Amino acid sequence: MIKKTVANVREACEGIKDGMTFMLGGFGLCGIPENIISELVNRNIQNVTCISNNAGVDDFGLGLLLKKHQIKKMISSYVGENAEFERQMLSGEMEVELVPQGTLAQRCEAARSGIPAFYTPAGYGTEVAEGKETREFHGKMYVMEKAFEADFSFVKAWKGDEAGNLIFKGTARNFNPAMCGAGKITVAEVEELVPAGELDPNQIHIPGIFIQRIFQGEKYEKRIEQLTVRKRN
Amino acid sequence: MALSKEQIAQRIAKEVKDGYYVNLGIGIPTLVANFVRNDISVEFQSENGILGMGPFPFEGEEDPDLINAGKQTITALPGASFFDSAMSFGMIRGQHVDLTILGAMEVSQNGDIANWKIPGKMVKGMGGAMDLVASAENIIVAMMHTNREGESKLLKECSLPLTGVKCVKKIVSNLAVLEIVDGKFHLLERAPGVSVQEIIKATEGDLIVNGTIKEMEF
Repeated sequence: MIKKTVANVREACEGIKDGMTFMLGGFGLCGIPENIISELVNRNIQNVTCISNNAGVDDFGLGLLLKKHQIKKMISSYVGENAEFERQMLSGEMEVELVPQGTLAQRCEAARSGIPAFYTPAGYGTEVAEGKETREFHGKMYVMEKAFEADFSFVKAWKGDEAGNLIFKGTARNFNPAMCGAGKITVAEVEELVPAGELDPNQIHIPGIFIQRIFQGEKYEKRIEQLTVRKRN
Repeated sequence: MALSKEQIAQRIAKEVKDGYYVNLGIGIPTLVANFVRNDISVEFQSENGILGMGPFPFEGEEDPDLINAGKQTITALPGASFFDSAMSFGMIRGQHVDLTILGAMEVSQNGDIANWKIPGKMVKGMGGAMDLVASAENIIVAMMHTNREGESKLLKECSLPLTGVKCVKKIVSNLAVLEIVDGKFHLLERAPGVSVQEIIKATEGDLIVNGTIKEMEF
């Protein structure tokens, strides 16, 4: 067994520098690496590029980095829940690349899997395809999209073991698996870290080979963005 | 009378067939789930990573790790499965999802759709809409026929940045059910009490009206 555990979030973020590119898992506030985001805020890392489906809300998730103007560029598919984001984008303070959601996921997975580029129909004939190579296959048009290049992938899982094996819960899985192994260094924070051998190998979603550092997060707020419930009769 | 949002959803629900996997967009499409017949088997896909999406949880049973693409708390039905975003869009691009229902700001008569950006005003992003419209064989658009100023949203050409080209085949608006064939809108049904004349007036694009147009049934 190759051990991937580090003591805490500080050790897990060793080597991060101003100007780097980070991938961050999560969909909305679901499945985001909360403890790592706090560490990035505390260290006041500057001029970073973030690849993340969303940008958090004004006072949680990546919104915390936005508020402190730490983000130079965001690469996302949907940023509608964050007023500060919209303000920084429209004023030109921050650069934004909007990417179709499936393309975003595939550009992560391609980076992980050694595929430099791929063709997708998403965005053909729209401004997303401007300046990109297009090609016809079987009578349909496709756009060439490139794998991302990132310095760190920051992901969050439900359970993990010392070997870096990960299990996700519910829809908190989302972008996390595709980002594992996609950056030069992948850091996983988990709600529960267990010794090797405790997780059933049949149930592992992401094998530890894609993970360089793993730690148990100190606390999880797991904020709900849109609470919707039914009344009991 | 023009249809309410609920009635648009109710009419679209009739298009959902037994054995369908269905992706519902945000807004009116989300309401469609409430009107699907309960004697057929249908599974709802949410692109953030669930098949077999159920209704909202009871108060106190919400789970922050279980949401839909609108970030609302949901439940999972028996037979449900979870998966990651790359696999989710593999399902969508690979045409394993049978029906996609989504909203639109504009649709053109050749099937182009615009629903993600108003330059200088609204820049929220396309989310999964571009992947969905570029891949789905069977797309139904739920929309208002005109904007608040009474201007048509069914156009010869879209004026807003496009989400996808030549992809819409069916539209259910508050006034009518229409099909797009050979670069023209074709009127199939009208909302109860709405005349063909009113629909012609509300449609800027070329509209074909063949024979008597019956009223929608729910």
